[in-house]
Amino acid sequence: MDPGELHLTEKERRARFEAAMLPHLDAAYNLARWLVGNPHDAEDAVQDAYLRALTYFDAFHGEDGRGWLFAIVRNACYQRLRKIRRSVAVFEPVESLEAAADHKPGPEALHLREADRQTIERGLECLPPEYREVLVLREMEGMSYKQIARIIEAPIGTVMSRLARGRRRLQEILTGETRKETV
Amino acid sequence: MNCHEVEKWLSAYEDRELDLARTLEIEEHLAECAGCSAALRKMEETSALLASAVRFPAPPELRRRFGAPGARIPWHTAPWLAAAASLALAVVVVWRYAPPAQHAPDLLERDIVQEHVRSLLADHLLDVNSPDRQTVKPWFRGKLDYAPEVADLSSQGFELVGGRLDYLGGRAVSALVYQRAQHVINVFVWPEAGQPDQAPQPHSIAGFNAVNWRSKGMNWWAISDLNSVELEELPLCPCFMPPSRTLHAATPPGMTRNPS
Ligand SMILES: [Zn+2]
Repeated sequence: MDPGELHLTEKERRARFEAAMLPHLDAAYNLARWLVGNPHDAEDAVQDAYLRALTYFDAFHGEDGRGWLFAIVRNACYQRLRKIRRSVAVFEPVESLEAAADHKPGPEALHLREADRQTIERGLECLPPEYREVLVLREMEGMSYKQIARIIEAPIGTVMSRLARGRRRLQEILTGETRKETV
Repeated sequence: MNCHEVEKWLSAYEDRELDLARTLEIEEHLAECAGCSAALRKMEETSALLASAVRFPAPPELRRRFGAPGARIPWHTAPWLAAAASLALAVVVVWRYAPPAQHAPDLLERDIVQEHVRSLLADHLLDVNSPDRQTVKPWFRGKLDYAPEVADLSSQGFELVGGRLDYLGGRAVSALVYQRAQHVINVFVWPEAGQPDQAPQPHSIAGFNAVNWRSKGMNWWAISDLNSVELEELPLCPCFMPPSRTLHAATPPGMTRNPS
């Protein structure tokens, strides 16, 4: 192959990667930041994710680039969480946590209407990551259940129930209300 | 539909993710049930709050590294890339050869490629930087629950560069770094009890060449952009080890590599 030709192909591919993935940098970082909980690991996770995305870009067929990238970001985050050994909260299946103890609201819990930005953030941080990720993807990124299901590699029914429970738990945290979970 | 059922579907109703029939049933119920209507309003308030919650923008450092949206990644100039001399080659190999026809790499293979690429790109090639096995081997002590063999292969054209701690499949593993010409070779070693020995198997993953084998309860993976022939000559492979296990000795006559 003519080296000039290869070079051009290279440039084209790189341009394709950049055009498809760079516009999602903020969203990718936001997801990572919510998933790993601190700026340092979020930054590392996003960097990992972009390198991985670059490595596997040929497997991307141009459909839902944001979702494709989010799935990679999410994996990078969970890998990072494993590395920093906060694994317990992450890997206990959330559905079994669900059966455990009623939620005890913190003293700072407020009525929903008064809940300010800080409270909602703290509330979101309190949720198990399985709830947090679907809420971030849905409420901040406006993704469909189908897109979320692909990202978290779970059936749509799981997305649906995690969102419902995540919202309910968040409301409880925000309003200080303890309600018996209806299953 | 009763209140209990409606509660179950309310979140998906709010998201407009239900089919028409169920949506209509819920609307019917909401029209005459103050309790469920209030629950829906509360849920919508929570959603509105969440939608207005802080979105963390990518920090300037990351943005600088990857460029502004729509900008070009300065692959050749970014300082985090400068460390890796073989970078350009590695990236070209990935781009050029990541082949649709290849079998999909399994999780471990992917992680190995990723750690290899990351070690080259992310300026984290070495935790211990020494060509001396007497320095590299003890460095792992206390950091791992096993002691990896660290061999001096310089007489066979593979220079020891150092080592680092890495993570594969959820566990800490030792990564030994060798170099041949300008090609970096990452050699990952970790114990895997109860597995039979296995002759070296060549792999091509995402444009990189890799070879793995199992010997004496240890799993070995070597990966590089080095060509597969030279990589498989890496004299760590057990079939190259003479009985005395002196790594400097030549391959004993009559001993051929098991191709399987
Ligand atoms: Zn009702």
